[in-house]
Amino acid sequence: MTAREEAKKLGLTDLEFDEILKILGREPNYLELSLYSVMWSEHCSYKNSKPVLKRFPTQGPQVLQGPGENAGIVDIGDNLAVAMKVESHNHPSAVDPYQGAATGAGGMIRDIFTMGARPIALLNSLRFGCLCDDRTQYLFEEAVAGIGDYGNAMGIPTVGGEVYFDDSYKENPLVNAMCVGIIKHDKIVRGKAAGVGNSVMVVGAATGRDGMHGASFASGELSDDNPDQGSPMQVGDPFKEKQLMEACLELLQNDWVVGVQDMGAAGVVSSTCETAARAGSGIELDVALVPQRDKDMKPHEIMISESQERMLVIVEKGHEDDVKKIFKKWDLDAVKFGTVTDDGMLRILENGKVVGEVPAASLAEGVPIVKRESKRPVYMDKLQIDFSKIPVTDDLNEVLFKLLDSPNIASKAIVYRQFDQTIGTNTVVAPGSDAAVIRIKGTKKGIAVSVDGNGYYCYLDPYEGGKQIVAEAARNLVVSGAKPLALTDGLNFGNPEKPEVYYQFEKCVDGISEVSKKLNIPVISGNVSFYNEGKFSAVYPTPIVGMVGVLDDVNKHCTMNFKKQGDLVVLLGENTDELGGSTYLQEVLNITAGPAPRLDIELEKKVQTCCLKAIELGLVNSAHDVVQGGLAVALAECCIAGNLGFSGEIETDLRPDTLLFGEGQSRIILSLPEENLSVLNKLAKEIGVKTSVLGFVKSGGLNIQVKQKEQVVGKIEVSTERIAEIWNNAIKRRIEK
Amino acid sequence: MNCAVIQFAGSGGDGDCYHVCKNILGQPVEYIFHKETFAAQDFDLIILPGGASHGDYLRPGALAARSKVIKSVIDAANAGKYILGIGNGFQILLEAGLLPGTMLINKDLKFYSEDIFVRVENNATPFTNLYKNGEVIRLTVACKYGNYYADKKTMEQLKTQNKIVLTYCDINGNAAEASNPLGSMENIAAIANQEGNILGLMPHPERCAEEILGNTDGIRMFQSILQYVEGGKIHDCSRRS
Repeated sequence: MTAREEAKKLGLTDLEFDEILKILGREPNYLELSLYSVMWSEHCSYKNSKPVLKRFPTQGPQVLQGPGENAGIVDIGDNLAVAMKVESHNHPSAVDPYQGAATGAGGMIRDIFTMGARPIALLNSLRFGCLCDDRTQYLFEEAVAGIGDYGNAMGIPTVGGEVYFDDSYKENPLVNAMCVGIIKHDKIVRGKAAGVGNSVMVVGAATGRDGMHGASFASGELSDDNPDQGSPMQVGDPFKEKQLMEACLELLQNDWVVGVQDMGAAGVVSSTCETAARAGSGIELDVALVPQRDKDMKPHEIMISESQERMLVIVEKGHEDDVKKIFKKWDLDAVKFGTVTDDGMLRILENGKVVGEVPAASLAEGVPIVKRESKRPVYMDKLQIDFSKIPVTDDLNEVLFKLLDSPNIASKAIVYRQFDQTIGTNTVVAPGSDAAVIRIKGTKKGIAVSVDGNGYYCYLDPYEGGKQIVAEAARNLVVSGAKPLALTDGLNFGNPEKPEVYYQFEKCVDGISEVSKKLNIPVISGNVSFYNEGKFSAVYPTPIVGMVGVLDDVNKHCTMNFKKQGDLVVLLGENTDELGGSTYLQEVLNITAGPAPRLDIELEKKVQTCCLKAIELGLVNSAHDVVQGGLAVALAECCIAGNLGFSGEIETDLRPDTLLFGEGQSRIILSLPEENLSVLNKLAKEIGVKTSVLGFVKSGGLNIQVKQKEQVVGKIEVSTERIAEIWNNAIKRRIEK
Repeated sequence: MNCAVIQFAGSGGDGDCYHVCKNILGQPVEYIFHKETFAAQDFDLIILPGGASHGDYLRPGALAARSKVIKSVIDAANAGKYILGIGNGFQILLEAGLLPGTMLINKDLKFYSEDIFVRVENNATPFTNLYKNGEVIRLTVACKYGNYYADKKTMEQLKTQNKIVLTYCDINGNAAEASNPLGSMENIAAIANQEGNILGLMPHPERCAEEILGNTDGIRMFQSILQYVEGGKIHDCSRRS
């Protein structure tokens, strides 16, 4: 086989092979080809997405570390900062949901403590097919157990997340994990291999043949092909990772540590070439010195293996024994296997003999960027319909029941009960509210964290969908009493070689960029996962946004549950004539149609400003945003969470189903003592937001009368007990049937 | 009161226990690493924290119970020091033979994390004297192996000697099956040894010790111990069977 043929087999294109010839000035050997094939895969190189990702706003006075490192870091004041990142593990989770999800969480956690930050919270965002399908149930249960067991064993609380079920994810579920860590400004460590003569060490687990070509595996559609022996799957060992975390955090207290990098995708090769490229240096290493757990491993296998729970550590020459001592305490290996050089080369030796040599920066940054074609999908126009022709449903109680019974709206307690939510004794608001709130020990501060996505909106309208996600994530923080600071994104799309998929990708990024710019919430880290395809079509375009906000006084946090009978219930923002994209249309009437709800950024900004101010002033007892299922579902959720009821008459010129179940944006439900209403109204008027009294909190049930010109045109009358029962058991009854 | 928190390989709740002793109770506290030993006279209270020592591999607590530090824990127990095992710490006490019985996987085979109610069955212990007998308190559980099991004879002994200290119940104090999500035998949440100076419990009182975390029912367990130690009440450890 010629080198060109071999290159092709490893997934490199002709163009890429030509580029390698140009870089090396000769034909690469198999080892070198393997290195390029993994490093130039989409998963490691972002060759399909880089030009588009540049559109994200990434700057801001609060940003201490933007994209390009293991994780992004944002300032929260008091010399403290938060490190955060979202990452996907979609393809591994489709094959082995337990290990795939577990190692996804593991990789994410490593990215955080690599920066020197102690992980304090995990979140996840999951997408599966319909729960009516047996295999989906298996994927769902195993992925949840895998992600849970890993985080639980690590002693890091899982404080939030979201789960969504739709047929588009049937063959290709999405598993995105997010980790948040806390760090002092002066303790931030970066992944740099600087200083000629410094020592390059591998710490943690031994290297085996697991996860071979994992990065390439993640960079194509799922198939049975595997170019090498060994499995693309990795196996997680959370105990080893816990030891590794403690050892690394102890190690990073020392100023002779030069750089640290997670050995994630593409293992040794990615960590060495990326740290060298960042520092403009080179690395010479001997693969024979890397501890191995499989016999007779070849140099290329050692270089590209994705065995878990390993890190690359670069320390000043002479401190190797100090590293070993720390790792021995935690029963881990630490072995020097290379040296930093100044020639910019990644030189690979086997027992002292050079077996491969390529410019480090060419692996990390030299991939030819692929310009993809982008084309507006035709389905988008077909899915816009005229709602006036759809008759109004009479039995609105029944609609509410059906919505609360939708696994996409129902309680996810069955999921998060499997996650330790409170270890660390910082969880102020646990999963189940709009955002999690975590106190920062030793300060008055807290942070709020959320992760959000809406693949369905993005499918109907990628641009509006992208906008909406950022707005919703920010709103979730605001209703919790936090000021949003920065976001991290997980961009999950189909095959980028399809122009329609690329269009979805571009437009979602544009939407996210637009709102993050206007709300001043920069993008500080992220991850792209392409090739998420089912048998017949791509998954819904599913960007996920993880966001962090700060509360200067954590005691002033707010939650969604109604607290007190007699409190007034006030809507901040306006009900709009939008039925498109609603769960009501899709799941109750079985109509998949847009337009997705529009987002008016200026209005959104005002609504959030007003809500945050009202919470800070202590005017309100609860706050909850209106999202899937609309106003009626949002009110029901406030009632269920507070074990209270609501009664109100709403005068409108909208259809009753649009008013109750439409998913118009920029709306927040507040409950407050009557005596605070005038202050709230004054505040809202100053900011320029409409408020309207919807009704009041009472015991017992949810009663809404919809009136047009004082005539009752629709009503909901249900007991809180009944709706709670439906909402609590929707997922459980589908799994336990 | 001098407190020690043992750090087993993989302990996750060590920091939480340390935090409560130091910042909430205001008592001196030290970490003891599992590869070390300590002298019984140096501490009044020794806490075996929660988490997943050794990744729960083999059986939860089985490997940690063979740590070097365990010998010192046993010496301290024999010297009448107070030993508190929480969650995984309880499992380690069982595996070390300091408490009777064992833990099975939860009845639905899954990790379970939620606030639950427990009833105080015996407040005449150093760990529960600030609660009332029959009082219902709210605590957090978070475990996969919290399904307590003991053979008939052991269970009889626990009952006759009044060593069942906390049981799972509903908000009204009734021992309904639904209020025992882990499936624990006799709804057991906590037991003490015969001498009464060792307590193992599955729920996490250290996570329920501060207003800002929404629950302070757990702090009284730590205050109970403090009162015993500082209040000069000498717990009688001389009775041995």
